[in-house]
Amino acid sequence: MSETVTSTSRGQWSRRLTGHDAVIFYILISVVVISMISVNYFASTLTVGFLLIQVLPILLIAMPMALVIVSGEIDLSVASTAGLTSATMGVLWRDSGLDIGSVMALSLLVGVLCGAFNGFLITTLGLPSLAVTIGTLALYRGLALVVIGDQKVASFPKELNAFVLSKIGSTGIPVMMIFVLIVIAFFAVLLHFTPFGRGLYALGYSPQAATFVGVRVGHSKFWLFVATGIVSSMVGVFLTLRLASAGPDNGTGMELSVIAAVLLGGVSIFGGRGNIPGVVGGVLLIGTLTYALRLAKVPETALIIVTGGLLVLSVVAPSVIAWGKERIRLNRLHREIQGQNASGTTRA
Amino acid sequence: MATAAETAPALTPAGTLALSLRGASKTFGPVVALADGTIEILPGEIHALVGENGAGKSTLVKILAGVHSPDGGEFLVGGKPAHFRNVSESKAAGISVIYQEPTLFPDLTVAENIFIGRQPKGRAGLISRGEMRRRAAELFATLGVPIDPDRIADGLSIADQQIIEIAKAISLDANVLVMDEPTAALSGVEVERLFSVARALRDKGAGILFISHRFEEVFDLSDRITVMRDGRYIQVHNTAEVTAPAIVTEMVGRELGELFPKKEAEVGDIVLKVEGLTSVGTFRDIDFEIRAGEIVALSGLVGAGRTEVARAVFGIDPYDVGSVSIDGARLNPHSPQDAIAAGIGFVPEDRRKQGLVLDLSVARNVTLTLRHSLARFGLISGRREKAAAEDWSQRLQVKTGSQDLPVSTLSGGNQQKVVLAKWLATDPKLLIVDEPTRGIDIGTKSEVHRLLSDLAGRGIAILMISSELPEVLGMADRILVMHEGRISAELHRGGATAELVMQAAMGNHGELHPGRTNEEISTGLEAGE
Amino acid sequence: MSTVTHAPAAPRSSSLKRFLTAREIPVASALIALIAVTYIINPRFLSPQSAKDLMLNATIMVILAVAQALVIITRNVDLSVGAILGLVAFGTGTVFNIFPNIPLVVVFVVGMFFGGLLGSINGMLVTSAKVPALVITLGTLYIFRGVLSSWAGSNQYFSGDNPKEFGNLSVDTFLSVPIITIIAVVITVAVAMFMSSVRSGRDLYAIGSDPDAARLFGIPVGVRVLSAFIACGALTGLAGVLYTSRYNSVGALTGSGIELDVVAAVVVGGVAIFGGSGTVAGAATGAVLLATITGALTATRVDKFWQQAIVGVLILAAIVIDRVVSLRRTRKLRASEAKDV
Repeated sequence: MSETVTSTSRGQWSRRLTGHDAVIFYILISVVVISMISVNYFASTLTVGFLLIQVLPILLIAMPMALVIVSGEIDLSVASTAGLTSATMGVLWRDSGLDIGSVMALSLLVGVLCGAFNGFLITTLGLPSLAVTIGTLALYRGLALVVIGDQKVASFPKELNAFVLSKIGSTGIPVMMIFVLIVIAFFAVLLHFTPFGRGLYALGYSPQAATFVGVRVGHSKFWLFVATGIVSSMVGVFLTLRLASAGPDNGTGMELSVIAAVLLGGVSIFGGRGNIPGVVGGVLLIGTLTYALRLAKVPETALIIVTGGLLVLSVVAPSVIAWGKERIRLNRLHREIQGQNASGTTRA
Repeated sequence: MATAAETAPALTPAGTLALSLRGASKTFGPVVALADGTIEILPGEIHALVGENGAGKSTLVKILAGVHSPDGGEFLVGGKPAHFRNVSESKAAGISVIYQEPTLFPDLTVAENIFIGRQPKGRAGLISRGEMRRRAAELFATLGVPIDPDRIADGLSIADQQIIEIAKAISLDANVLVMDEPTAALSGVEVERLFSVARALRDKGAGILFISHRFEEVFDLSDRITVMRDGRYIQVHNTAEVTAPAIVTEMVGRELGELFPKKEAEVGDIVLKVEGLTSVGTFRDIDFEIRAGEIVALSGLVGAGRTEVARAVFGIDPYDVGSVSIDGARLNPHSPQDAIAAGIGFVPEDRRKQGLVLDLSVARNVTLTLRHSLARFGLISGRREKAAAEDWSQRLQVKTGSQDLPVSTLSGGNQQKVVLAKWLATDPKLLIVDEPTRGIDIGTKSEVHRLLSDLAGRGIAILMISSELPEVLGMADRILVMHEGRISAELHRGGATAELVMQAAMGNHGELHPGRTNEEISTGLEAGE
Repeated sequence: MSTVTHAPAAPRSSSLKRFLTAREIPVASALIALIAVTYIINPRFLSPQSAKDLMLNATIMVILAVAQALVIITRNVDLSVGAILGLVAFGTGTVFNIFPNIPLVVVFVVGMFFGGLLGSINGMLVTSAKVPALVITLGTLYIFRGVLSSWAGSNQYFSGDNPKEFGNLSVDTFLSVPIITIIAVVITVAVAMFMSSVRSGRDLYAIGSDPDAARLFGIPVGVRVLSAFIACGALTGLAGVLYTSRYNSVGALTGSGIELDVVAAVVVGGVAIFGGSGTVAGAATGAVLLATITGALTATRVDKFWQQAIVGVLILAAIVIDRVVSLRRTRKLRASEAKDV
């Protein structure tokens, strides 16, 4: 699934077992096991529930975000889109008299519009996605403030709040996870099993070469930004119902966690490399670590340091490894040349 | 092999050579880029270096520039041995190279580009803009070219950028100025300007080496000409004492015929029809057709517009006027998707940046064009994809350790096979190949030619762009020669010679055959004049 | 030597024309227009007290923008500045707590040193790992913020805890300009001179314009970029010290979220996000503009909730204008290059 380097079939498996994704999963499993042993209350069905509810927003947005980064772009406006959606939802619910279903549908429309606006600026006007989404990050958050001010709307139907927090039977797994799994499956299939996904990898590595095989570069990127927009607004709706409160602050700062998790999950910031299982692993790793440490009464602040450290490590490590490999290769080449010079052979 | 010392005209006793390279060689893996690189440049001369594509000229220039160090041979600058480890060292020794793509900093001013890293200082040790501007203006005055020193470099024409690079070279006290295809991107008036600058510099004692395919310019500007072929020095001449046809013969002189056999193929219906194709400023009124089983070559000098025509046909670039039809059906412009769906494949010139996605595996590259056809209900099965990749890799005998290795690990020849494989897998009606054997070893070259011949035999129409005359003459059923954006000649297999092609590519200026049309010359030469 | 009539090279552009098309003109004009319009609507906007508040508010932003401009011009970015600001600010409060009689100069030096140290961490990671600065500084943002949170906990230092003359820097004025504002202006001028008239400053522009060409020319890219990050950190440290002087309290949340405002100010001020162009003066103007918007909104009784949205629109406008200008230049080039076919 991921674009790994192998030399034989056996080598392929050994590489799979030592590749980036595998490492993430090993660490994840270690964290889980260690926590179950040493942290009180960790090994219980309640844990699963709380943990998943907490990582749910990050997990959702990480999906389209992974595709965006694979294609060589980035979207920093996701949290603001969620906030704007939440604010819109609150105001509609409070003032418009529509039923909750319509309110939710209209709120999702906000995500479509936000994503389309990003996509338009980036693909049609050809502006750099980093700069554009910094701008829309401010713009959408600002609009959220304009829409709802500094008030909060809290009068949402209690059944919905309960539903959103409910679990499947006695397993402790939130019902919402079914929805999340559908979303994960959708993007996994899209990236790994469709022509669109194949084209996306090519596009991320080399837009020129992608154009030559008929990939519609602008078209593809546009819809990816619409995707991040829609999923962000879904998260906005979710957060509103979960907290039973609509406000412009919902989701602030989420974009950094999403990007950290995606990069940790093995997606290269340069584009072209990465896979969905790795990203899921990245999200779960950060989420589990955070949860376990919190349960172990480690101060919140240390958790933030850990997240940041993991992010830096995950991007610096490949460079260090590549540097090491290059040194080894150059040394071998050196020895070869010296050997040849010594024996006096000339190359044809 | 005769060396320069034995066959060159006597050196002027007045000075030592500005630069002398003898017997330099350079190999990259299996490819021998240079076998006998020899050139001597006098101070106060303009020296032209001519040779076909792949003759080794660029490698020689890079050795002079300090980009590569030669595997063997002798290199003297100003009479002293030179071992450059990087570009800065060659610059310090007085050699300045100007490439086709000048590297100016777009956000800095012209003056600053010239003096970057050594800006003149004024009061309190701060950079003096006024002094920088003054010196730059002085340089431009010496060259006879008024460019505003305070202008931002971004947006300057290539011609102006070259002048600035020359100004930079002068400010670095260059003794030898090397220019690689300097006029490839210039219009007539700009070329004149460049020439007067070059002559001015020569008169001041600099040695100028320039590479060019344009004979008119070579004969107009140079004092001496060195000819290279197949990575070797062939001969040096005084320009006044030699003719263009003689130079051409030296450039191409090898046995043709059996090297690139094209089987006789049954020529079928018209597959590609291009009518009145025009892209303002690039090419104009391009009309031609290609039938099933035909190989048509598009020949001409760098900058004639061949690749641009091909890109327009395939839909990468838009065009302004005209039409492209496949099997009689008109093709939408500017849509590679439509072109691919209509059965066109395109093997581009730049293998590494356009033909392949280097970081993806061999398998993925081969099946990239198949991604839609491999999909059932929108989903691709990994197994079928792998099978297709192995199938096509095997058919073309791509040598790789494993299908999953990144394609960047393959040799140039095998990389080209991957590109071909991926297009053949789409079962195209028309295959466009742009410089199909550039940078490939001899063995793989003939494999590629045999393959193209087979494809034509099976009814595929082939449009081949090539700068290698033997390849063109051997493979093509018909040769369309382009010159400055138009088709200047159409030659058929029986009647085409290297000289004819070259002349049509040069645009057939009066100096050689005053007052005759292409057809007259062609018939005349065929009649054995 | 022959002179030949030739295709017209670029005509000598007049100084006036160059002045008017400078990248800083739009933001400067916007600032003047904003002040003028606000003044017309509410003349008290420029009253001595209000003007003083404006200048004080702008000071911190200006220094941060100048610092960030150094990094952005090299085609990098430093998102951790908010956390660095907070760390140094809290550190200043701590220092005063432990050494109540410490000379102010020492505090400034320590603060700048601390900031420079943090900046050097960013710089070393960026130059050695070949990973975009965006990602690296995202990570250090987390780390620094976390360190600050665990260090400060729920403690805060209030302006009353600091020596009186320290707080007075933000109150006392010289020619009706607050002292800290004067410091900001001096810094801006000094850095601007460095960037325009010192060789290593010009190297930063070259690196941002074309890093590969810069390396080819022998410019020590790694050293220059590292220095840019260290300078950015040191100046941010300075801003952190001044922050403690200006504001009532410093704690774990100080500087939180300010990084995006700073990047916005720099971009709006005409510094290209991809580096190579723009000036420190422009970045400073952008910072003043952003800081003034808040005040203007209050003075004109516009809902202050429009502030963020306006900032977003400004960033987008700056990027779009930049793009339009460069497209126009490319089109002109293509027209001049077109062969007569």
